[in-house]
Amino acid sequence: MILSAEKKRELWQNYFGISLAKDQIGVALAGNPNVGKSTIFNALTGLHQHTGNWPGKTVDNAQGGFQYNQKSFLIVDLPGTYSLLAHSVEEQIARDFLCFANPDVTVVVLDATCLERNLNLALQVFEITPNVIVCLNLMDEASKKNLVIDVPSLERELGVPVVAAAARQGQGLIELREKVFQVAAGSLKTTPRQIIYSYEVEKAVKELLPLVEDIAASNALSPRWIALRLLDGDRTFLKSLDSFLSHEQTSPLSWEESKCAL
Amino acid sequence: MRGAERIDPLTDLSPGSVCQIVSLELSGLLRRRILDLGIVPGTLIRCIRRGPSGDPTAYLVRETLIALRNEDAAQILVRKLSNGEECV
Repeated sequence: MILSAEKKRELWQNYFGISLAKDQIGVALAGNPNVGKSTIFNALTGLHQHTGNWPGKTVDNAQGGFQYNQKSFLIVDLPGTYSLLAHSVEEQIARDFLCFANPDVTVVVLDATCLERNLNLALQVFEITPNVIVCLNLMDEASKKNLVIDVPSLERELGVPVVAAAARQGQGLIELREKVFQVAAGSLKTTPRQIIYSYEVEKAVKELLPLVEDIAASNALSPRWIALRLLDGDRTFLKSLDSFLSHEQTSPLSWEESKCAL
Repeated sequence: MRGAERIDPLTDLSPGSVCQIVSLELSGLLRRRILDLGIVPGTLIRCIRRGPSGDPTAYLVRETLIALRNEDAAQILVRKLSNGEECV
């Protein structure tokens, strides 16, 4: 499930308009709206980007780099979304980037003051990529509300590193950089918790998997996620997948077959 | 003693009162949207106020204020809570 570095750089450039330098590590920053994603982005990169709601359909104006442990990182700040199941242009941008760009690490920023609402997005990201770090931001706000979060337990439940942060105060950023580095280097393994759906859904997924496996493997996509979206009948996803595959020109026959099978 | 549970559409909720989501009689993208906003069976929801013409209505769900069209809220079924259970 890993693209060659060269292929990835080509993909980022041609498909997303982002220049990933040679040996640079690509990091995606995802999260609900208003969780302090841009604060984290600015703190990590030293930029002062004022990102509001994004106009247009590209991610190329929300990127910045930083150096850590003699490694170069490029962070892409995705638009804030509650979901990746594409109701809006923002969700579609975030989904397409996470799904097709194959970032080395994805940081999901969650609002510690309303975890319940925020975990929905984290679980969706977990279905797309295993290389995830959860950043629990606004911990200062949470303690003002007398909320205590058991970070080690959350980490165990989610199966990914959880970094507690208060980005406005500059707290947690050193640890976040270190964890991003470790996950990118492969020294920190992640096993994000996967949602098991009802018997019927799981059965249908199992039937679809053989049909999408080839295409998933040759493009570093998650076969399970593709199968689930096909079952959703999500037309925007089919459209993105079609345009991505025709762009990549690696579309094997089995893809046409699996579409017919639906 | 518990009587037969009364199930009402969310639109019957008056400002200030709280109820619990029982089911969503919605389908497709709108259903997905409502679920993504954290409105799932079992969730407590408080009616905050109605718009000037009675539509849309603002609801508090998991500490976030969400406005729903009455047309959509009518498809969300809820169970009224007895006193003492009210805490959103």
